[in-house]
Amino acid sequence: MPKIDDYIPIVGQSVIDDLRLLADHLKGKRIQHINSTAVGGGVAEILNRMVPLLKELGVNTHWDVIKGGEKFYDVTKKFHNALHGKEGDVSNEELATFLENGERNLKEMDLSADIVFVHDPQPITLVKKKKENKWIWRCHVDVSRPNPKVWEFLGKFIAQYDASVFSAPGFSPQLSIPQFLIAPSIDPLSDKNKELPPETIEAVLRKYNIVKDKPIVTQISRFDYLKDPVGVIEAFKQVRKYIDCQLILAGGTASDDPEGQKVLDEVMEKAKGVPDVHVLLMPHNDIEVNALQCASDVIVQKSIKEGFGLTISEALWKSKPVVAGNVGGIPLQVTHKYSGLLCHSVDGCAFAIKQLLNSPAYAKKLGENGREHVRNNFLLTRHLKEYMLLFLSLYHKEDVVYL
Amino acid sequence: MTPKTDEKKGFRFYTRLNLSGLTGLKAATLEELLQHIKEVPGSCIYHHTHRFLQQHQYLSPEPPNDFAYWVTHILGDDRLGEDLASIDTVQFTTIRELREKIVTVIEEYLKKYPSAKRRFVNEEQAFSFIKSMSFILPTHYIASNLREFIEILRKVTIDSIYFHIFEARLRLEKKSNDFSNWIESFLGDKELAEKIAQLDPYTQTLEDLRQALIRILERKLK
Repeated sequence: MPKIDDYIPIVGQSVIDDLRLLADHLKGKRIQHINSTAVGGGVAEILNRMVPLLKELGVNTHWDVIKGGEKFYDVTKKFHNALHGKEGDVSNEELATFLENGERNLKEMDLSADIVFVHDPQPITLVKKKKENKWIWRCHVDVSRPNPKVWEFLGKFIAQYDASVFSAPGFSPQLSIPQFLIAPSIDPLSDKNKELPPETIEAVLRKYNIVKDKPIVTQISRFDYLKDPVGVIEAFKQVRKYIDCQLILAGGTASDDPEGQKVLDEVMEKAKGVPDVHVLLMPHNDIEVNALQCASDVIVQKSIKEGFGLTISEALWKSKPVVAGNVGGIPLQVTHKYSGLLCHSVDGCAFAIKQLLNSPAYAKKLGENGREHVRNNFLLTRHLKEYMLLFLSLYHKEDVVYL
Repeated sequence: MTPKTDEKKGFRFYTRLNLSGLTGLKAATLEELLQHIKEVPGSCIYHHTHRFLQQHQYLSPEPPNDFAYWVTHILGDDRLGEDLASIDTVQFTTIRELREKIVTVIEEYLKKYPSAKRRFVNEEQAFSFIKSMSFILPTHYIASNLREFIEILRKVTIDSIYFHIFEARLRLEKKSNDFSNWIESFLGDKELAEKIAQLDPYTQTLEDLRQALIRILERKLK
């Protein structure tokens, strides 16, 4: 696991000095992160990196995961889709399942930290045990058009928190509690983002029977309707009429996502008979994801809804040109025609891929601009800084705080 | 409390770290934008006229405020966008004056071109009002002469440069920037202080500003 000083060559000594200055002001505070899965998905990935670094900086931090059965995760997946605006009702019985699971966790968990930091809706009801300590609710999903019933249900709990955090300005609802804007981040030193030797990349391609004899277009994402993998295959079919290239659709499923297999089956069906499509169900393996991204000529993230879409920052950090859906936090990462191309449809996606494959110099420039944008805004060090500021903000009401 | 420089010990560099707060307020038309600009807290106006300096330092050239960017690139009104981008932020020493100027520019434009009121964007493209919460911390860097000052200037974060040049001037309503103040009062070099005060920090990236400062100061040493 990297140490905080290992980031100096990437972000500079002074950035790390600032982190230490901030950490000094949090001495004596206990911070507890709570989410619903230890592996898979962006939240777990960030916490896995962030918690050890906060500890190294001297901030007393620990991370707990709530327990829940299959029935509970079916409901929370429905919540997730409903918050993203997907049609469909959530029944009262399902709401009851959600509450019951919360009660079970409430009985078992110690929630006495000075700051309890709850991620996403799954553990949201734990706030019932709030005492004099501070509670933050961190929303990682796009709630710009949530299902009103689910949002109203969650709203009663959100109102009990001291502060909330959203990933993009467009997600911000009108709330009675303070709201902060904190984008997620990638770790440049993690297995998923560190520089790889060419032999490693070649070995991964060999493992998945991919021959780099033609350009590679890749989408790496969980198999999820909101990531539109079927739309990517349709776009690829349009591109392939004019350019000889291949498509990699790779991803896994998170332990709290019961829908993954169904989506994968649909993707396999759609890919049947389409030449040069590689659908890879990968176990959690960051080096392999990194290698596939590095081997790609264009990286696609054709999401229909997106909490943030960190795969974009991962691709840009590798200086890869990207084509991405103009949703959620993606436009924060991609400035159209400057650090990538944004699209709204299958046709738009296909057109953008063709443009990039046909204009390698333009594609290269977009990738380079993207890397600098990520260095400046979406690395873990910026995220660490903002989380520490968030913790400090709980103890100050003024706009300008002198520490 | 305002950070002070102990003149006997030299110039202590501070850093300013920002946390963005969301308001839930959105504008989809010029009239909504105008209304919110009149009513939002000063920290909101500050955020939207200064955020780009740090966040988009590689996305140059960028319009110098978020209002200009949104009006031009999202709402599609180039003429008003240009008027907003041309507001000379460096002239204003208070947020109140800056807010009044932005309001006047939009109001006059709407009077002249009433049809601009019909422009609108969809919900996803609406302007979201954000406010800044600033945390100001002393760093360990203290300069006791010009040479040390230049060396430290090379090392500090752009956040530190930002604080001493922008935050001190506008938000904290000081007449000049901290660097000029110190150079004049501690080093007694009024000419050098004025040269630094004359830099227009709004039309260059913070890295370029750092280099410009270092160049001016190094010339003095020769």
